[in-house]
Amino acid sequence: MLGRSKKISQSLTRTRRSFFGRVTELLGVSEISDELWEELEELLIQADVGVKTTVELVEKLQEQVNKARIRDAEAVKEILKRELIDILNSKVQRSDESPLLTVILVVGVNGSGKTTSIAKLAKYYKDRGKKVILGAADTFRAAAIDQLKIWGERVGVDVIAHQPRADPGAVVYDTIQAGRSRGADVLIIDTAGRLHTKYNLMQELKKVRRVAAKNAPRAPHETLLVLDATTGQNALAQAQHFKEAVDITGIFLAKLDGTAKGGIVFAIAKELGIPIRWVGTGEGLDDLAEFEAEAFVEGLFE
Amino acid sequence: MFESLSDKLQGVFKKLANRGKLSEGDVDAALREVRLALLEADVNYKVTKDFVARVRERAIGAEVMRSLTPAQQVVKIVNEELITTLGAPAKIDLSGPPPHVVMLVGLQGSGKTTTAAKLALKLRQSGQRPLLVAADTRRPAAITQLEVLGQQLDIPVHSEGTKVPPPVICAHALKRADDAAYSVVILDTAGRLHIDDQLMAELEKIKRKVSPQEVLLVADAMTGQDAVRVADEFNRRVGLTGLILTKVDGDARGGAAISIRAVTGVPIKYLGVGEKLDALEPFYPDRLASRILGMGDVLTLIEKAEAALDQEQALVMGKKLIQGEFDLEDFLRQLREVKKMGPLSQLLEMIPGFSQLKTELTPELTDRQMKMVEAIISSMTVEERRNPRIINASRKRRIAKGSGTTVQDVNMLLAQFRQMQRMMKQLTSGRGRGLLSMFR
Repeated sequence: MLGRSKKISQSLTRTRRSFFGRVTELLGVSEISDELWEELEELLIQADVGVKTTVELVEKLQEQVNKARIRDAEAVKEILKRELIDILNSKVQRSDESPLLTVILVVGVNGSGKTTSIAKLAKYYKDRGKKVILGAADTFRAAAIDQLKIWGERVGVDVIAHQPRADPGAVVYDTIQAGRSRGADVLIIDTAGRLHTKYNLMQELKKVRRVAAKNAPRAPHETLLVLDATTGQNALAQAQHFKEAVDITGIFLAKLDGTAKGGIVFAIAKELGIPIRWVGTGEGLDDLAEFEAEAFVEGLFE
Repeated sequence: MFESLSDKLQGVFKKLANRGKLSEGDVDAALREVRLALLEADVNYKVTKDFVARVRERAIGAEVMRSLTPAQQVVKIVNEELITTLGAPAKIDLSGPPPHVVMLVGLQGSGKTTTAAKLALKLRQSGQRPLLVAADTRRPAAITQLEVLGQQLDIPVHSEGTKVPPPVICAHALKRADDAAYSVVILDTAGRLHIDDQLMAELEKIKRKVSPQEVLLVADAMTGQDAVRVADEFNRRVGLTGLILTKVDGDARGGAAISIRAVTGVPIKYLGVGEKLDALEPFYPDRLASRILGMGDVLTLIEKAEAALDQEQALVMGKKLIQGEFDLEDFLRQLREVKKMGPLSQLLEMIPGFSQLKTELTPELTDRQMKMVEAIISSMTVEERRNPRIINASRKRRIAKGSGTTVQDVNMLLAQFRQMQRMMKQLTSGRGRGLLSMFR
């Protein structure tokens, strides 16, 4: 637990310094004035929190400050912190039941970081004594299968793959069959990157999900949407469309180390009610952290 | 693409267009919404701020007061400022002796490898002999990916595996291009973070070794506020010459295009608009700007109007206007000129502020009304046209009969004409709203 929090905290150091650091500074030294609210709003927007979420957040904060007649900027900071945690926490729901064979479907737009994230997850589960098998259902992008195979070798897990251009549904079927016969605990399915606006590709993804659902009880147990942390407001549209198509159960926020911002998670949690499950914090296989709202928000204000 | 931003701004300007005159407060209120719309579209905060300030400076003051309609003037300013921000169009620079080196850089997952293949295809189509270079030795199977794409396009790929340092691979590739008379060398470098000092230094080394003519940043169109920082840092380290914006086909907003361009000052050269290898389009700032505005290109409207209006007639009309002699005959002529500009429904789309009118009046109805006006005026005598004041009840009945309309229709037309005369007087005195307002 402590290690994880530390990792999130570390990955957010940049964020803290550049952006939320400024919020903290602002809240620490400023009087509560119109300028404060305006600047706060701008600062939140600059962190990709999104206009809607920011405005709602600031208005709510103003209301509370007026009601409680708060004069102290430090107290405003505490309230904002609580609000931010609330947004993220109300969406976190983890099931404790662990099925015999857990199927995790990983989806996302092109270049969001699906394959690397899958490698990290594979390592995570393998380190915890689970037998993991990967399914290379991205049969579209050139060399995507090779890429997953290389990761499989590095992590030391099996990869079930077909030829390029093969039916992704067939790969899922074979992965589940292999999982059964080889006694695997966790199956992680890599799917081709697709823009949420492409109807046919989203239909294909639905089919992949159906194949999983048909061949393992209550599968897929997790459908993770991998989001590039650099993405702006479009991430909301992505999450919405993927949710509609394949019922996203959680977000994997990738590449958080590269950007100073993580504000989009608030918008996603608040507006779509999808929990953030994982955070990718670097290029290494171990650069993975389970998402913790408190640690995340606390990290922003340290 | 970019529809959402268009919708947003259109919503903003509908409010503007429905007002007759703009006060400073109106401009500020409208610009606040413009600001929010731009921010929501991922335009960088600072870029938005500058942009809004520029528009405000121009919108408040004499320019707005003298415009055709205040709203139209603001739209023009916003449009012009957007075009300015997006910058002039630019092609890949292939001047000087070959081989030309084009280096692609960017964050992980921005689309460098796919773009490299697309660019190679595009350049081959324009008569070049491209050589693709697999300089991404980090991402697993990145080299295989480029090789597969090269095979699909039948374009050679220079690769030396993952053990040779990328600067060396690039230098070898340049030598090979020299020997085998390839005209363009496209370097597919590994995706890297702008803050990764070691990897940024590697890019600098590649640049020193092969002196690329073009260093293009490949950036995801969905990028948020951070886009400018990324672009700025790559620009600082390796000196960008241009930008390729990818995944534009799936993106509803164009914010990144505006912000990166504004902060780095480098031109946007291409847009990636699909997964197929021919889905690479040239970038046109004016097109993109008017697309972002979504309310029709004001400049196109003016151009069209200018082309259709006969210059000589315009001169005569202008004289008459100044002398206050504008009559129904002129009105008829003007009506016919406007008709030359195209179907009214199409015209309305181009005029900001007429969007509401468009929903109220079906195109057929509007066109029919214009025909009716034409018929009524045609049924008048020359004298009546020149001096409508002599039209009494008996004349009205005759005109209505002659044009197949009713006396009410004739009355309405005469009322409209009087209103227009008043407007024309305002126009000549410098306070009016002009020609197009007659459709209000």
